[in-house]
Amino acid sequence: MSTRLTGFGRLIDRSKPLRFTFDGKWMRGHPGDTLASALLANDQMLVGRSFKYHRPRGIVASGAEEPNALVNLGKGGRFEPNQRATTTELFEGLRAESQNRWPSLDFDIGSVNTYLARFLPAGFYYKMFIHPRPFWKHVYEPFIRQSAGLGRAPKDRDGDTYEHFHTHADVLVIGGGVAGLQAAKAAADTGARVFVLEQTAHWGGRAPVDARDEDRIAGQGAADWVAATVAELEAMPNVTLRLRCMGAGVYDHGYVLAYERLRDHAPDATGPRHRLWRIRAKQIISATGAIERPLSFAGNDIPGVMLASAVRDYVVNYAVSPGDRTVIATNNDDAYLTAIVLKKAGLDVPRIVDARAQGGGALMEAAKALGIRVDTGRAIAKVKGGKRVTKVQICAQAGEGGVLDEIACDAVAMSGGWSPVVHLWSHCGGKLFWDDAQAMFRPDAAHPPTGADGQGFVTCAGAASGALDMAHVLEDAHAAGLAAGKAAGGKAKRTKAPETTARADAPIEPVWLMPQGAKVELRTKTWLDFQNDVKVSDVQLAAQEGFESVEHAKRYTTLGMATDQGKLSNINGLAILSDALGQPIPQTGTTTFRPPYTPISMGAIGGEARGVVFQPIRRTPIHGWHEAHGADWEPVGQWRRPYAFPRKGESVHDAVMREVKNTREALGLLDASTLGKLIVKGPDAGKFLDMLYTNMMSTLPVGKCRYGLMCTENGFLTDDGVVARIDEDTFLCHTTTGGADRIHAHMEEWLQTEWWDWKVYVANVTEQFAQVAVVGPNARKVLEKLGGMDVRAEALPFMAWADGRIGDFDARVYRISFSGELSYEIAVRASQGLAFWEALMEAGAEFGAMPYGTEALHIMRAEKGFIMIGDETDGTVIPQDLGLDWAISKKKADYIGKRGQERAHMTDPGRWKLVGLETVDGSVLPDGAYAVGEGLNANGQRVTIGRVTSTYFSPTLGRGIAMGLVKHGPDRMGEVIDFPGTDGKTYRAKIVDPVFHDKEGAKQNV
Amino acid sequence: MSDPVSALNRAAFTGIAQIAETGLQGMITLRGDLASAVVIKAATAAAGTDMPARGEAKIKGEHGLCWMSPDEVLVLCPHAEVAMTIAAMEQVLAGEHALVVNVSDARAVFRVSGPLAREVLSKLAPVDLAPQAFRPGMMRRTKLAQVPAAFWMEDDRTFRIVCFRSVAQYVFDLLKVSAQEGSEVGVF
Repeated sequence: MSTRLTGFGRLIDRSKPLRFTFDGKWMRGHPGDTLASALLANDQMLVGRSFKYHRPRGIVASGAEEPNALVNLGKGGRFEPNQRATTTELFEGLRAESQNRWPSLDFDIGSVNTYLARFLPAGFYYKMFIHPRPFWKHVYEPFIRQSAGLGRAPKDRDGDTYEHFHTHADVLVIGGGVAGLQAAKAAADTGARVFVLEQTAHWGGRAPVDARDEDRIAGQGAADWVAATVAELEAMPNVTLRLRCMGAGVYDHGYVLAYERLRDHAPDATGPRHRLWRIRAKQIISATGAIERPLSFAGNDIPGVMLASAVRDYVVNYAVSPGDRTVIATNNDDAYLTAIVLKKAGLDVPRIVDARAQGGGALMEAAKALGIRVDTGRAIAKVKGGKRVTKVQICAQAGEGGVLDEIACDAVAMSGGWSPVVHLWSHCGGKLFWDDAQAMFRPDAAHPPTGADGQGFVTCAGAASGALDMAHVLEDAHAAGLAAGKAAGGKAKRTKAPETTARADAPIEPVWLMPQGAKVELRTKTWLDFQNDVKVSDVQLAAQEGFESVEHAKRYTTLGMATDQGKLSNINGLAILSDALGQPIPQTGTTTFRPPYTPISMGAIGGEARGVVFQPIRRTPIHGWHEAHGADWEPVGQWRRPYAFPRKGESVHDAVMREVKNTREALGLLDASTLGKLIVKGPDAGKFLDMLYTNMMSTLPVGKCRYGLMCTENGFLTDDGVVARIDEDTFLCHTTTGGADRIHAHMEEWLQTEWWDWKVYVANVTEQFAQVAVVGPNARKVLEKLGGMDVRAEALPFMAWADGRIGDFDARVYRISFSGELSYEIAVRASQGLAFWEALMEAGAEFGAMPYGTEALHIMRAEKGFIMIGDETDGTVIPQDLGLDWAISKKKADYIGKRGQERAHMTDPGRWKLVGLETVDGSVLPDGAYAVGEGLNANGQRVTIGRVTSTYFSPTLGRGIAMGLVKHGPDRMGEVIDFPGTDGKTYRAKIVDPVFHDKEGAKQNV
Repeated sequence: MSDPVSALNRAAFTGIAQIAETGLQGMITLRGDLASAVVIKAATAAAGTDMPARGEAKIKGEHGLCWMSPDEVLVLCPHAEVAMTIAAMEQVLAGEHALVVNVSDARAVFRVSGPLAREVLSKLAPVDLAPQAFRPGMMRRTKLAQVPAAFWMEDDRTFRIVCFRSVAQYVFDLLKVSAQEGSEVGVF
């Protein structure tokens, strides 16, 4: 069994107990424990079930590479699935549940799949569920979805907060082991601004566990050297150290995302839970260490089989023994350390099985001296056990698995060698090479990720670059730190790496399958990917079926596609694939390393952007009044505009009808502040606007307004609005609400890139003004009551503007109308916008003043046949389609879009053109409905001859009205055409003039 | 005459830093040839400070000049003096191709102050705000989370932020979230 030891435990505080639950059962641990170490201390080796076969799964590793120990953590707003027990720090009251099992972890119905395993090989789903075709959507997929998946999706809103943090560094060191610390020291000594990130809660990485008794760094033990170096770095003003902060991804231009877990270990503390660091670094040092590889032998997925390094970690760091009797299987010297540690802890190590015929070096002798039996040239044929290892069978590594010996045990510690963590090096394009002697992919320093200057900006240091013993690690890290400091602008220093003790280890011997000639019965029980249930036999089958590319084999078998992204399985898998294809490993290559290094929370990615600050909402100066008066909102770009102002007990539709009627009969007020307002000034302003608008603006007299259209280079209508000439050199261009920023940018682009020698300046003054449309037969009365300027038709005729005072307010008044009524659009300073609106409401009360919203505005403009950008246009419509030829100057040599509109397709008489549509029965046409004609098109579908662009119920006319684009529409007045609805009904509508109301314009021009 | 009102009417919040909307500030956009003696004269006479170089803000109380782009400076003056200042500038600029326009009401202004002010802003703006990289006298046009903004430092622990009036509430809420209790970073 696994249990808490009395010795060791350098990271835990035994004086304080912590209580937590696993599957509802109360357990005990200590501060400093991870959830994994605490579970093991409570003899909970079984922690979950695998994805496909629901095999029992135990803890395999002690860090970020763990594939099995994933749990549902927390509850309610703090519930989160797929949390790795090995990287979850224990806290009081932690609540964890095992995943992918039903009804319980011990008794799981889904585990029947394991007996069906021979019927569920690689590609099973692809092969099995392809026929009959319709079954996939309706039968197979729902069923498979039901049985698949690990953790549950959270149901509640996330109860925590998150944030981002932007920072810049000269040298960013990722990894706080001895390599990272030494690299940071060397870089900091050059004067560079250095950041050091460590993903765990402790500095020093593996060194405090893996240092041998005789190892000395600068005369100190590894742990002492780490403490001293951290203290030294902390004292340097140019160094920042962060624990619990993982380098997640490296991107172009030295951009790095780092994931800091602030409150995962203390969930009740105030403040954000995670912080996503967005770092710009001149140089990046990836000192990310190495991950031990499992060995591939039958039964290597049974709970109790663990990485040898993890077994050491649990004993030394947490005082936890994974088992009483541990058999060690290895192909290198490091696993002997585990044997020695276990022995020192008073635990039994019945056998070390070393696949190498010659065995190991000095460490093997040390193990033997402790009385441990070492079998060289031997392998594990098979591990026996169900939910826990019970024994191992031993065979010759060279053979096919004939059992020579059986050993009872409850744990197996395996080591297949080390793989440098090259992820961050690879994210942005760093290349790898295969090191035969060390049996590993290493960063190829000659091909680093390169920046804009063509120079490398990432360096690997220590084990991450393939240096495995302490002396090499420190020399490598020191050189990396110095070089990075210098490259980032620091001063070159002649410093040296600290002195270390030399080692006499025997070389590793690559072992990709144990035993090397394992029979098929063994290979189908030999796991590569523990979480996704991919076995040696699956990868071999993929190769046999022609999936020769490692990327294809990965997707076909799902090797490395689980939440651990194949940290343990990838190299072993591609070695098996290489063997099956009869080619060397480097020829097979690796799959692509993509960020993030381990999954990061969605909350951290979103940062502060949730709740009220999820997205910016733009508010006019009158927004608060609308809110207080029950506005029903409509989003327009990032603005919120009142759609209507429903009264108590009134439906939104009824409110809209009332607002239209009241505006046409009495007085309506519209908050038009959101309309874009661009000042265009300079001696060439007229010439510039003649190019931007389809019609002539340079001839507009001062004091007058003119409606204009703007097109894209391709001729498509992109914006419209009224232009007012302020003085000889100055124009004010109104744009649509959504068009203000876009048209401002459009103007600047033409001025900066094409007409840079034209004397024109543009300024966006949209928000400087609150603008109110005062509309209706009583509009003039309310303004005259407020007093101030002369607003009579003689003084201020239709399509003129004037500056003056309305009541107490400095105002600019435009006589323009989008409703067909007598209308004044009045701009005042934004800081007086609310006061002005309130003054109008108060003075207008006796004239029936009511606010109206965007829907009333839409209906009134449709009654008048005015087009709306975004309704009648969709990026494929030219002004000529809309019958706006009158607004296109024939005199001008050029304007933006002119040539586009001359292309054959644009002048095709068959283009759909704007008409009015009146339903035969007075009903409202469905929005977006298509009109159908005679016959079928090439695809056998009914021919379409037009579509509805705007459709409303008109309270003025008491019937449905619509606008639409119809083929040869203007030539077909009076014809009735069919619009099949999605409701099964066919709507019939007569083609009519698009101006439904007051065609002569008598009402607006009074 | 109604009193002009700023977007948030001087709303304030205290977390790990002090946040306050500072009321209406006169702001005039001046576009022109920044090397022209006439433009320089119009700007410096209006603000009573030297011309700012690229990335600089020359601030003196409620007056100042901020470098906005190679052909634009922002003139700061008291809100009540804007019309007078514009008239004076236009007089100097007569005959010169330049644009002078009042943008005071199109903006909202905030102050973020306290020893952790740099941290609060670093959560929102992709700017190097380390003390050795960003100092009083410097100016950045940048973004705060999802909206455009600009800021300069009044002193080593006080930022003055300018954003569009329509997003004043969003920016205030952003600053509140970023200054929430327990969110100290501890890097500067």
